Amino acid sequence: MKILIPTPLRQYAAKKDTVEVPAKTVGEALSGLTSQYSELRRHLYTDDGKLRAFVNLYLNDEDIRYLQKENTPVRDGDTLSIVPSIAGGCCCSR
Amino acid sequence: MAIVAENVQSATLSNEEVLRYSRHLIMPEVGMEGQFKLKAAKVLCIGAGGLGSPLAMYLAAAGVGTLGIVDFDVVDFTNLQRQIIHSTEDVGRKKLDSAEESIRGINPFVAVRKFETKLTSDNALSIFRDFDVIVDGTDNFPTRYLVNDACVLSGKPNVYGSIFRFEGQASVLATKEGPCYRCWYPEPPPPGLVPSCAEGGVLGILPGLVGVIQATETVKLILGKGEPLIGRVLLVDALGMKFRELRLRKNPDCPVCGAHPTITKLIDYQQFCGIRGEEAPVTTKVPEIQVEELKQRLDAGEDIFILDVREPHEYQICNLNGYLIPLGDLPKRVHELDSSREIVAHCRSGVRSAKAVDFLRQAGFRKVKNLAGGVLAWSDRVDPKMPKY
Repeated sequence: MKILIPTPLRQYAAKKDTVEVPAKTVGEALSGLTSQYSELRRHLYTDDGKLRAFVNLYLNDEDIRYLQKENTPVRDGDTLSIVPSIAGGCCCSR
Repeated sequence: MAIVAENVQSATLSNEEVLRYSRHLIMPEVGMEGQFKLKAAKVLCIGAGGLGSPLAMYLAAAGVGTLGIVDFDVVDFTNLQRQIIHSTEDVGRKKLDSAEESIRGINPFVAVRKFETKLTSDNALSIFRDFDVIVDGTDNFPTRYLVNDACVLSGKPNVYGSIFRFEGQASVLATKEGPCYRCWYPEPPPPGLVPSCAEGGVLGILPGLVGVIQATETVKLILGKGEPLIGRVLLVDALGMKFRELRLRKNPDCPVCGAHPTITKLIDYQQFCGIRGEEAPVTTKVPEIQVEELKQRLDAGEDIFILDVREPHEYQICNLNGYLIPLGDLPKRVHELDSSREIVAHCRSGVRSAKAVDFLRQAGFRKVKNLAGGVLAWSDRVDPKMPKY
């Protein structure tokens, strides 16, 4: 499936904005992504393996927290978007 | 949904105003009734910066009767690339004064209320009280959570917009039936995990795009027309010129807007954003060298290896003739460095190079130091001819 990498995280994914991984669930897609780009791992997961609360994942346009989270099944043509919180209004912080 | 402004019934428009707003009045979606609503509306713009600039200008042009602005900052030269409410002659002036002047120039019928203060838990609720809509154009997480919570507690909608480099987000949060910011992001990122401003930068036009989206949503809320971004997030990718929409659901267990809220008053937001931090900022832990000492030792002919961890396009702006390995490439290019030599790592401001030094020390390098303050400090204190950026 296609995973869309947001700007703040592209530096940890070899500057790519999209990564393709084979997967049947959202969890598998994320494992595939973090095994390819291990630096992404700490930005997506806490030390005890939970998805970080300031990063949301959307299967197409729906938040996976309202689907089956990492067990959400994935179909051909689905897109997983990683959407971290951003705060910039002028220029990030002073 | 509509925002009911208290004094719509008594609003009138002079002949001058009718002519000014004629292009609104001849549209059924606005008409005299809509323009009365705009005139009676009171909108609070938090921040007169990147997002606040286009927002305030367009709301003024549209005839919003009262614009409150919260900003305690002064116009800086680097702001001019995107904060279009301020002009070159305003550099050094309070942003509030500069913004007020621009607004009066666009539309003298707008009443401007200035709040020269940092928004805090102590003042937010009382400042919000007199306004119908709050527009969040701030630039840091603690304030975003503060604005959100204050909006929910005051029952005012939060027209939200945020940007990073060339991406943006916009939504209308904190309405009674809709989600709030905490439904979306229950926790802020720890400080160590957010790319710093030095690495960020921002495409100047981007806050223009997102700020005007916020202005549009504000006008729609006031008029009670169209479909506001309630329960939806608009993601803007300026480089691809792609606009995507995500569904945003209200969390029934949200601590501030849910059925059984646990947050019923404003909290310490600095602490809220800080205690979540699992990593202390690296800058406090690595050995440093000051620019004066480096200059002295280089002039004395000492053999010091200067490692520049910025990006190639920054090297073009100015450099110390260092060996360029961008921070992101350091792990795979570390073999190019000789750990027996004394290495001084630098970047623009000292933040990225501190991370580089930390990384190298963990990789076993013992003679590596961070150039405190980076090329900015070099320009300030050693070579004023070096451009700052």
